Amino acid sequence: MKTIYLDNNATTRVAPQVLEVMLPYLSEFYGNPSSMHSFGGKVAHNIEEARAKVASMINASPDEIVFTSCGTESNSTAIHATISSIPDKKHIITSRVEHPAVKNLCEYLSKKGYRVTFVPVDRKGMLDVDYLYNSLADDTAIVSVMWANNETGMIFPIEEISQVVKHKGIVFHTDAVQAVGKVPVDVDKSKVDMLSLSGHKIHAPKGVGALFVRKGTRFSPFLIGGHQEGGRRGGTENVVSIIGLGKASELAENHLEEVTTRVGLLRDKLESELLRRIPNVMINGDSENRLPNTTSVSFEYVEGESILLMIDEFGICASSGSACTSGSLEPSHVLRAMGVPFTAAHGSIRFSLSIYNTEEEIDFIVEKLPPIIEHLRNLSPFWKY
Amino acid sequence: MWEYTEKVKDHFLNPRNVGVIEDADGVGEVGSLACGDALKLTLKVDGDKRIRDAKFQTFGCASAIASSSALTEMIKGITIDEAGKITNNDIAQYLGGLPKEKMHCSVMGRDALEKAIANYRGEPEKRVDGEIVCECFGVTDLEIQRAVKENSLKTIEDVTDYVKAGGGCESCHDKIQEIIESINGTPFKEKIRHSELTNIQKIRLIEETLEREIKPELKKDGGDIEFIDFADNTIFVKLRGTCSTCSASQVTLKHYVETKIKEQVSPELVVEEVEQ
Repeated sequence: MKTIYLDNNATTRVAPQVLEVMLPYLSEFYGNPSSMHSFGGKVAHNIEEARAKVASMINASPDEIVFTSCGTESNSTAIHATISSIPDKKHIITSRVEHPAVKNLCEYLSKKGYRVTFVPVDRKGMLDVDYLYNSLADDTAIVSVMWANNETGMIFPIEEISQVVKHKGIVFHTDAVQAVGKVPVDVDKSKVDMLSLSGHKIHAPKGVGALFVRKGTRFSPFLIGGHQEGGRRGGTENVVSIIGLGKASELAENHLEEVTTRVGLLRDKLESELLRRIPNVMINGDSENRLPNTTSVSFEYVEGESILLMIDEFGICASSGSACTSGSLEPSHVLRAMGVPFTAAHGSIRFSLSIYNTEEEIDFIVEKLPPIIEHLRNLSPFWKY
Repeated sequence: MWEYTEKVKDHFLNPRNVGVIEDADGVGEVGSLACGDALKLTLKVDGDKRIRDAKFQTFGCASAIASSSALTEMIKGITIDEAGKITNNDIAQYLGGLPKEKMHCSVMGRDALEKAIANYRGEPEKRVDGEIVCECFGVTDLEIQRAVKENSLKTIEDVTDYVKAGGGCESCHDKIQEIIESINGTPFKEKIRHSELTNIQKIRLIEETLEREIKPELKKDGGDIEFIDFADNTIFVKLRGTCSTCSASQVTLKHYVETKIKEQVSPELVVEEVEQ
């Protein structure tokens, strides 16, 4: 059975070109980049090339890029680095719809004596920026708001927020894990102090990420150890994955236009066909301010896990904001923050595309889904047809 | 991805007895859209109180649908009295087991069956029994007590897995913990352990721990233990039965008995065997 992969906000396939450049670093080029010999020195040189590619993708300078092990480490580093460098400021601002990497960290910090403001979103999932601005206080240490939401694809006005926050002299961090490679991310235009990105969301392997730290930002390392990464992150470099992330960044920069055009059209077709073919369907989010590859679709009166398992029988991979898929008992905190009614939240499915998806795949999905939804609705005591 | 058995997958993908019996003799409805799962069970019962037909409608995940389908298969052809004895574990076992986090699906099946039987017998619709403990999922103290007793639940997480209570805002966790402790007879273990215990209190707790936890375990292997004396934080015991002749008895004594006592009573205690 062919796999039809529409779960690219969860993870992506490693691009063949990325794999190709990585392989020699799993065999002949095993030198330690910190070594004095030229055998290791060559590896160090190649890491710097990768760093330049990552920097170029977001219009940063190479020495502003710190390689990490994942998006979560980047986020944790940014927030910890800031609060430990200004220990007297005890206020953090974030949003109600952050990824658990930021949300759970902020909840943890709120138990450790920090005052945390969780900025709400509206029914469409758009951030209440005025609420954010009104929350800025004298003791605010950091504002951390995601660039784009992983579940709905909603894009927040980072350029504007960063200006206001910076103007107050407060550190601004953004989790751009979902934005990079899908929309233009330019740290010259958006004056963020720190920005997190992750390799496996842009066709690099899992286990590598990066943190952009603008020159002059107060910083203390999260992983304390050797002098690697300019003393900003101890630990021998994950060389092979960093090489992969470099190549993936170069590809992402080149593919950005295709994502915003062709992939966006595929997503639009998927949405409009589902809306046309199936009754009681709604799209979560605002079509104006959304990642081109993401759609969160709610099928009312059915439960998401059941849908996922039935489409799995056809090799279709997606994810759900339903309670049952998470192992918790409540549906996604993002959909709840948006006030999506329970009837729709439990039956929400997220499709997230990549440049590897084809129109044939979309046609296949819109053909297979309607009978599945109909079958599950016929099982449901709430469905009155 | 959940680890579902082949039987769960089969009942999910090919559910049996879907629908509503229009002139049903018994109807049981549980759950709600807000809760994320719901089941409507309808029964047709013969004159000899035998369930001739059963149908279901379910809104929920794969294991909720499979549990409902399994339930209808289990009760068709048996008497109402026999059906009344079916537990949530019977449903889970019929399916070859359910992931722990999904046990509440089997509880939902059992609850719908109970309601349908009560409805058939003409018993009045039961008002909510007990007091609501978990506001998020509307679970009462009596429901939690029953789940703890019937399934030997030990932790708040267990309770959430079986009846959902505590799975939302978590503000009821203390109450759930109290219910678990009141049933398992471990009154506020944590609080006692960290406070200064008098010798009398220690002796009582030692006796309790021996009776409740240690003796039943040793008896499984034909052994037994007798509490002889207590002085200077040392517990003197005699091993009985197979334990007294077992070459591994010292291991049992130190690694099992002493560990349990330290855990349940106080960490500074040691256990010694007195001469036979």
